[in-house]
Amino acid sequence: MLGDLSASRELAWRLFIRNVSAQYRQTALGYVWAFVPPLAMTLVWVLLRSQQVFEVGDTEIPYGAYVMVGTLLWQVFVDALNSPLKLVTSSKQMLARINFPREALILAGLGEVLFNFIVRLVLLVGVFAWFRIPLHATILLAPVGVLALIGLGLMVGLFLTPIGILFQDVQYGIATFTYLWFFLTPVVYPPPTDGPVAMITHWNPVSPLLLATRDWCTIGASTHTGSFIAVSAVTFVSILGAWLLYRIAMPHLIARIAA
Amino acid sequence: MSDDVLIRVEGTSKRFCRTLKRSLWYGVQDIVGELLGRDSSSLSLRPAEFWAVNDVSFEVRRGECLGLIGPNGAGKSTLLKMLNGLIKPDRGRIEICGRVGALIELGAGFSPILTGRENIYVNAAVLGLSGKETDKKLNSIIDFAEIGEFIDAPVQTYSSGMKVRLGFAVAAHLEPDVLLIDEILAVGDMAFHIKCFNLMERALQDTTIVYVSHNLPQVARTCTHGLALNKGRIAFRGTPSEVIDSYLANMEIPDQATAGSGEAELLSVHFDGESADRPRESHFMISYLDDLSVRLRMRIAPEHASPVLYLAVYDRELKGVGEVLQKQADVLQNNGREIEVRVTFPRLNLSRGVYSLSVGVLNRHGGRVLGRFQAVRSFQVTGDHPGWMPVHFEARFEQIGIRGSKHD
Repeated sequence: MLGDLSASRELAWRLFIRNVSAQYRQTALGYVWAFVPPLAMTLVWVLLRSQQVFEVGDTEIPYGAYVMVGTLLWQVFVDALNSPLKLVTSSKQMLARINFPREALILAGLGEVLFNFIVRLVLLVGVFAWFRIPLHATILLAPVGVLALIGLGLMVGLFLTPIGILFQDVQYGIATFTYLWFFLTPVVYPPPTDGPVAMITHWNPVSPLLLATRDWCTIGASTHTGSFIAVSAVTFVSILGAWLLYRIAMPHLIARIAA
Repeated sequence: MSDDVLIRVEGTSKRFCRTLKRSLWYGVQDIVGELLGRDSSSLSLRPAEFWAVNDVSFEVRRGECLGLIGPNGAGKSTLLKMLNGLIKPDRGRIEICGRVGALIELGAGFSPILTGRENIYVNAAVLGLSGKETDKKLNSIIDFAEIGEFIDAPVQTYSSGMKVRLGFAVAAHLEPDVLLIDEILAVGDMAFHIKCFNLMERALQDTTIVYVSHNLPQVARTCTHGLALNKGRIAFRGTPSEVIDSYLANMEIPDQATAGSGEAELLSVHFDGESADRPRESHFMISYLDDLSVRLRMRIAPEHASPVLYLAVYDRELKGVGEVLQKQADVLQNNGREIEVRVTFPRLNLSRGVYSLSVGVLNRHGGRVLGRFQAVRSFQVTGDHPGWMPVHFEARFEQIGIRGSKHD
């Protein structure tokens, strides 16, 4: 397995370059499109809140910054979750005709997720400057948090890929479910302390990763560090299982989808 | 594995499912089964399944080219996919030594938006070339593809032929030990075909080739061994010519082989000198330069009072060898009842080999085809003359002078 992983690095790099350079080539505005969705999202939430359409508890930093950081972190998780299925689906033709290390697709997808996140970091810098948020030493932990979010997304995405290639229900399901999941995760609101939603956010594995990472970025120490470590540990062990499943399933998938 | 056997296939089988929903569900079952480490040696067919490849075994050595032929759905491409490691056999084993290259779907993985040059790097990496190797071969690839200044244009502006050439150029620079080729020559122009052939012949010196094609002349010319598949099983194995003969002999001539307006019916075809109780599939044997006479029994619609016959002879690769159109002077009379005609080819000068005969019935002026009957019978020419061309002429050789003799 590790041999294939290292054998696929070069190919993964090529595929990554291909996907990234093709991503915005047919657009006039190019990378502007990387910034528009999170910006629009943040504006919507800030507007809704200012009109008191809904009420959320107080946040320790300005609400706009809170939403922007939350949205960026949530987006990187969702990107990672969608990445394996998206890449395998779009590479069906290639998979059915050429025998190349299948890990390359996953790695290329990861690269793309990370790349898009780094591009969007520009927004984060802007937000920090705009709201004059002081920097804390804990921001050095933020990359770990982002990797954990990517890891969790990848793990879920990888587990769903084999069944998702066979049954398109999974794709439709993921789209709907991530929408719901967004509202059950404290992205645009601080975690509630009581009520049924409090329970859900407590057991939602994304919550501690997202909350801890946001805390490290914006206010310093986080009260969610303990659960962050627990979720990360489980995630990285489960990724191995998901990877194994992906490898075993691939010849069967090819036999079913493109024989 | 002994050092020159590069491909060894033992008792390999693969099953497929006819309906999509079941197929997907079986896919889930297979994955779970493998995760649980279920033993797969005693697999049987589940409902709606069939064996796409059934108990196939063979070996191919370095320097050999195996031609795989068979009708559509015989399992050729499935077998190739298993050799390529894309799908796993349900039963049996496949061992392969060395780097495998596949010319199957050329240009798979091309991104239409990227330029030809960028796609070369991606495609080469997919096929297993490192970036350094690609750098070294880049110019040679571009030359081979004959893309010229289009190399920096997006691939979506390429003609389909250009895409195939580019894909082939990359694949041709792989230098594999085992080369799998599936029907790639179906596309591309003449010059491209010749290029592919030269490449295959050069490659064959130190590789093993498995070549799938419906183009029988190419199989006969290129391959050293042949394998005919039918319904997933090996129907015949031997030299390419033997395999092609057996494939053609066993090929059920479909109804489509009969064309035309349907106003003519061919009832029977007999060669003179043929025993009445001949085995159904045997060829009629004739010696080189004997007369070949064939009797045709037909029924033709009565409004065609004087129909005209046309006969054509094809070699076993279905390439036309010769033809004859009945002379206007040899008038046939038809009143709608059964008629019988004898056609004689005096001193037939075809070379040794197996040929097939096609018959056409035309209206009086030859403008309309009343019936066309492909490959109605085959015959085999025997003899001890040398040469491999389809026609062995009779010719006179006489000396009409010599230089430097004392009479000059």
